[in-house]
Amino acid sequence: MRFATSAPPHLGSGYSTPLLMRSVTLALIPGLAASLLWFGPGVLLQLLLCIVTALGMEALVLLLRRRSLRPLLDWSAILTASLLALSIPPLAPWWIAVTGAAFAILFGKQLYGGLGFNPFNPAMLAYAVLLVSFPRQMTHWAPPLALALQDAGWLDIWQQIIHHSDAMDAYTMATPLDSMKTQLGQGRTLHVIQEDAIYSPLAGKGWQSVNLGFMLGGLWLWRHKLIGWQIPSAFLGSLTLLSMGFFVFAPGEYPTPLFHLLSGGTMLGAFFIATDPVSASTTPLGRLIYGALIGCLVFIIRTFGGYPDAVAFSVLLMNLVAPTLDYYTQPRVYGKPR
Amino acid sequence: MATQPFMPLPGGLHLPTFKTLSASRPLAEAPLPAELVFPLQLRGGINAVPTVSAGQRVLKGEVIARAAFENLPPLHASSSGIVRCIENRLLPHPSAMEDLCIIIDTDGLDEALPLQPRRHFSLESRETLRAWLIEAGVLGLGGAAFPTGFKVDPGKRRVDTLILNAAECEPYITCDDSLLQHFPHEVLQGAIILMHILSVEQCIIGIEDDMPEACRSLENALRARAYSGIRLQRVPALYPSGGEKQLIQILTGREVPAGGIPADIGIVCQNVGTAGAVYRAIEYQEPLVSRIVTVTGHGIHEPRNWITRIGTPIAHLTAASGGYTNAAERLIIGGPMMGFAVSDDQLPVTKASNCILVAGHEDLPEPPEVMPCIRCGACAEVCPAGLLPQQLYWYGRADNQERLEQHELFSCIECGCCNMVCPSHIPLVQHFRASKGKLTLKRREREKADHARVRFESRQSRKEEEKRSKAEATRRKREALNLNTPEVTHTEAN
Repeated sequence: MRFATSAPPHLGSGYSTPLLMRSVTLALIPGLAASLLWFGPGVLLQLLLCIVTALGMEALVLLLRRRSLRPLLDWSAILTASLLALSIPPLAPWWIAVTGAAFAILFGKQLYGGLGFNPFNPAMLAYAVLLVSFPRQMTHWAPPLALALQDAGWLDIWQQIIHHSDAMDAYTMATPLDSMKTQLGQGRTLHVIQEDAIYSPLAGKGWQSVNLGFMLGGLWLWRHKLIGWQIPSAFLGSLTLLSMGFFVFAPGEYPTPLFHLLSGGTMLGAFFIATDPVSASTTPLGRLIYGALIGCLVFIIRTFGGYPDAVAFSVLLMNLVAPTLDYYTQPRVYGKPR
Repeated sequence: MATQPFMPLPGGLHLPTFKTLSASRPLAEAPLPAELVFPLQLRGGINAVPTVSAGQRVLKGEVIARAAFENLPPLHASSSGIVRCIENRLLPHPSAMEDLCIIIDTDGLDEALPLQPRRHFSLESRETLRAWLIEAGVLGLGGAAFPTGFKVDPGKRRVDTLILNAAECEPYITCDDSLLQHFPHEVLQGAIILMHILSVEQCIIGIEDDMPEACRSLENALRARAYSGIRLQRVPALYPSGGEKQLIQILTGREVPAGGIPADIGIVCQNVGTAGAVYRAIEYQEPLVSRIVTVTGHGIHEPRNWITRIGTPIAHLTAASGGYTNAAERLIIGGPMMGFAVSDDQLPVTKASNCILVAGHEDLPEPPEVMPCIRCGACAEVCPAGLLPQQLYWYGRADNQERLEQHELFSCIECGCCNMVCPSHIPLVQHFRASKGKLTLKRREREKADHARVRFESRQSRKEEEKRSKAEATRRKREALNLNTPEVTHTEAN
């Protein structure tokens, strides 16, 4: 009798990259739900715009490269698009999402050779480009629904995103992270600033729930071993330590560690963005250093830099460092001197 | 038995074992096949030279071929019969190449070579015992098939511990398990002989904790007779605990230095099956002509362990095991992690064949589609050698040899853990083998080039030296002449 042959190991694990990508995408749901609840359905439209654009762009490039269209099914473009959609303001005009998603796939991913070859996190690359190019649209966030001066229905949101009308400009406002920084810069103390309605006891209204939502999804990923513990814990740990140090040193001038942890893109960054394996460091020690340095950079840029949030820039800067980190943090190999 | 192993295996995988499949039927002697096949190829690619010719009758245990120049273990007939021919046959090797094999038609008498009585082994010199082991064709039965006679000759190295490997960590395989259940004393006696040859006081038998019957059998045997210095140590069942380097690390905390052998750190490691063969070779002068082979998988009707003559065609064994089921898809010699798949079941069982796995679809899935590496690091997490397979893969693809060496490619034991957990299903083991091959070639070329350069340089300097000495001689001659002739005055050119 004749038999088919195969190369060892002949056993498989049933675990696959598309499955991993899909799980990470689905783990965004708690954060997405919180965002929906607090900032209205704008985010759903952004999600749709980003995913459709990303898949379209991926298909276009694959056709141009005369490659199989199978990567469309690997969930990686959908994940990139989702991360971008959750990072841009829910009421940003439609072309922000479209430009960003197209840029992420074309320049962030496919020009480098597609999945696995990109040195930068594509979603964050696109975010940074959008922030630098369109600062006005990118820094005006929807207010938490509870604080909205006018009741924004589906139709209003559609109008705002698709036919960007100035009428809604009054509706959007700066994020708590942004306004905290501006006001601290004006010499107001933390205590006074936090009287403002956009703040909750812990952080910004709405923002803290969204961050807790992403944390929940992230912890689920960690429990199922879909992401390692090193990057998120090092990121959050260094951010906590640094902000704690400054807060203890001058409590009136620096926000609390909790404010940092539950504001802006902290949790999305720690569990979903910094953990992108392609662009992160790949050794266990390297990942600890990588995460810790991102945390430090986030604090430094938020506190002393010119931008309201810092996750994208910190991640991109550390993407640059990752190959060097990998080189210097090789684990000891069996049989080599200790 | 209460003691803990020295340390847990770093990395590794908990695999589904499927061991009950073959362990549920009793061990038995495989029926005598009509034909026995003995490939002439020995270790290192050299062929043994036949000492028999077509038409000659041979007895069981008779030498039928031996290496022409080197002192390697010879080949023995595993039953009596007539040499039919010496012809090219497919080798039981992943390359599927052909080479010369001796084919014997058995006569059913199974007549063995008469044995001469021997003195007790302790009265013989260690060299004699080692020579006997080589002459009896004893090889490592764990899979690597390294001649035991060489392995128990550590030279100037000081060895203090013998380790017997009973950590049968590959799924499906139960041949060592079955051996320990049926012949514990042979294994322990073999250990005593090996300890004597090595002059060591201590022997540790490392056994995986999912082999309770084998464990009990060994414990009872150890209690029944005084085997001084032998200790049984359970280790957690985790693939690849049975790797030689890994078992040494788990049991003693010592690591075999990169590029070295266990004897460098005072350890010699042998498979339990080998210890049994050592006992039979020294005590009964019996050459290694049979071994226990696990025939298993969902592609076979009656999976079980067989005491099998070396040279038995696989098809004969599978037929004795009830034949193939409809599920039979792949034929693997060895285990599902490190064994190799062959397409033909006429191949013979060799001393290295511990298992014949006839896999059905439920045993082994189709190899899925390969995707790009996303550097997730799942591979590094399970690597028992502490390597970064994702980096090795990257550098291998870029053919960056300097980085490959720096990332210790040669420390890879090819256990397949990284390959199995890879979510992108990249055939990492194959990549690493290819990279190792390229690197070895490069190293050899470099050595050759270095050698040539040294020769060239020494030739150059020799020539220079000759020239200089010649010039010196001429000068001296001229000087001598000048002394005798009137001085010639040179006018300056200007």
